[in-house]
Amino acid sequence: MTQMKTTELPRWATGIALPLLNLLSALLVAALVIHLLGESPTESMRILIDSAIVNPEGLAYTLFYASTFIFTGLAVSIAMKAGLFNIGAEGQMYIGGLGLTLAVLAFDQTLSGWVVIPLAMLGSALFGALWAFLPGYLQAKRGSHVVVTTIMFNFIAANLMNFIIVKYLIPEGEQNPASRVFADSAALPTLNTWFPVFGDTPLNIGFPIAILALVIYGVMVSRSTWGYQVRATGLNQHAAHYAGVRISRTIIVVMLISGALAGLAAVNSIMGSTHYLSLNFPAGAGFVGIAIALMGRQHPVGIFLSSVLFGALIQGGFDLSLEKPNIPVETFIFIQGLIILFCGAMEHFYAPALLKLINATCKG
Amino acid sequence: MEFFEIAGAVIVSMIRSAPVLMFAALAGLFAERSGVVDLGLEGKILASAFVSAAVGYTTQNPWLGIAAGIAVSVAIAMVQAFVSITQKGNQLVAGIAINIAMSGLTFVVAQFFFQQGGRTPDLGEARLRSIEFIGTEAVAGVPFLGWFWGKALGGHSALVYLAFALVPLVYWVVYHSRFGLRLRACGENPHAADAAGVSVEKTRYLAMLVAGVLCSFSGAYLSIVQSGFFLRDMSAGAGYLALTALVFGNWRPLQTVLGCLMFGFFTAVQIQLEGRDLPLVGRIPGSLIQMIPYVVTVVVLAGLMAKSVAPKAVGKPFVKSR
Repeated sequence: MTQMKTTELPRWATGIALPLLNLLSALLVAALVIHLLGESPTESMRILIDSAIVNPEGLAYTLFYASTFIFTGLAVSIAMKAGLFNIGAEGQMYIGGLGLTLAVLAFDQTLSGWVVIPLAMLGSALFGALWAFLPGYLQAKRGSHVVVTTIMFNFIAANLMNFIIVKYLIPEGEQNPASRVFADSAALPTLNTWFPVFGDTPLNIGFPIAILALVIYGVMVSRSTWGYQVRATGLNQHAAHYAGVRISRTIIVVMLISGALAGLAAVNSIMGSTHYLSLNFPAGAGFVGIAIALMGRQHPVGIFLSSVLFGALIQGGFDLSLEKPNIPVETFIFIQGLIILFCGAMEHFYAPALLKLINATCKG
Repeated sequence: MEFFEIAGAVIVSMIRSAPVLMFAALAGLFAERSGVVDLGLEGKILASAFVSAAVGYTTQNPWLGIAAGIAVSVAIAMVQAFVSITQKGNQLVAGIAINIAMSGLTFVVAQFFFQQGGRTPDLGEARLRSIEFIGTEAVAGVPFLGWFWGKALGGHSALVYLAFALVPLVYWVVYHSRFGLRLRACGENPHAADAAGVSVEKTRYLAMLVAGVLCSFSGAYLSIVQSGFFLRDMSAGAGYLALTALVFGNWRPLQTVLGCLMFGFFTAVQIQLEGRDLPLVGRIPGSLIQMIPYVVTVVVLAGLMAKSVAPKAVGKPFVKSR
């Protein structure tokens, strides 16, 4: 051990090299599984990239899925910045969908889209925030761990929504557990109106809105006093408290914002595609948000790139499953898990090796 | 009369649905008492449920199925241990990753081998048979005794008896054995344990090994006792519910098992009340009854009923001080 050696990795290494190495490892394991299923990993990769990125309509679908993931990713990220692990984005998004639906059902037949869409967004954000309030409050005031309470709230949300949809929202004479179909005024304008290249796809103004949310997040977290307080709370509560940050208040406010962002994720997925509230519509988007926050290291650019990656996995995976019956869509749920494992839990797996390499090259 | 019939059915159904949670919750107890958060119970249950059913069906031998389930669950627990203990990674994230990965992988593999939409074929004769006590037929007609001997005490599969037999055993191991003392020390104050010459890493690995074995029974019970086949995502949150019971039971074996029985009770009540009209309140929807365990746990967590205190070092990777 000499004094000259670096013991900490430079920023490019922790920010870019490590996530890429981890992602590569996850994909290698996935390739091995695809090989064991009797299919060619390289050919599968080619089909995946073709259908999710190269083909403009496929790309539109990829970005459509990504718009939802950006919101859940932001929800998990902002909480992580404050040192809170919000596993409840799934439930908050689900309840957010209820707020959205109530607003739409009340106004979609009388008011124009200019009023209905903002109201629906407000409803989703409000309900999502409310669902995150209690876990935030209990963490701040009673010390109940937010991880456990948000897990509980996910299950409570699932059962509650089941009850509400089945009991109150199914239109008369219907069997399908879903609300009535929304009127056209509540449909988000699709981007193909301006960009015909996207064809008949659900990509809508939810995507630019998600980008806007990323920018606001970036500015608020790294450039504002409030963001500084949030990060201080996340890094060291005692120090932050000593510096005059009101910890309980910060925790509750961050959880409210996190819940609101998760709730907003419902806007793109309901008003951009299905146009009605259905059972289990989040379909794991809240958990994908965890993967995105970890992989993107809670940085706006990272969140964007990982959201697009997960959108591409869903879109490409869907097309791949049509061509290769041995690789069903569920393969990509497995790959999601692998990515979370490698990029989230084993994020420093390659750090010692990389450090050695850097030190070796610096000496030579 | 009807009340007694329903009450009897609820109790039997509770005894049958509790073991899934009991195995998993006791598994979680070992992991978390040693200082490793185990959010990955769900994934281990699902994996062992699938492997037990698949091997049990292929070999037509439920015991081989259970053995294979143990092997897989332990393998996953060791991956989790490597990430959580050796790599000092985020234990919560590792658990969630395992759950998501297994939810996908079990479907893919089931589809690959059996092509029934992520299901395994019915185990049929290879299901674990229930054990009938001697004299069940003789007392079958006697009121209460017939029910008590034949349905409440007898008539369950070996795994149910194992689940209940484990309770005193786990209690003894945790509180009265050398391993239990080390386990608790590593979960409460690993630095003190380390200073006393206990290998924190080794103890935690051992705890994860035990957790892996116990958790596998939960999965095997689901597929080769309760349903007789594997179905996609059949664990349906049992791992999280077991964790809830653990929190509810304050990380103590007896209270945790009581929590499991309570949750089993609500499941049983929900099954019995489905579609029945009650006096005064009318029909209670099953989804609301299913919500109760979670609401109760939140109330407990909020400190309104009792205080739930986690092991102090839980979730924190141990870094040896120099």
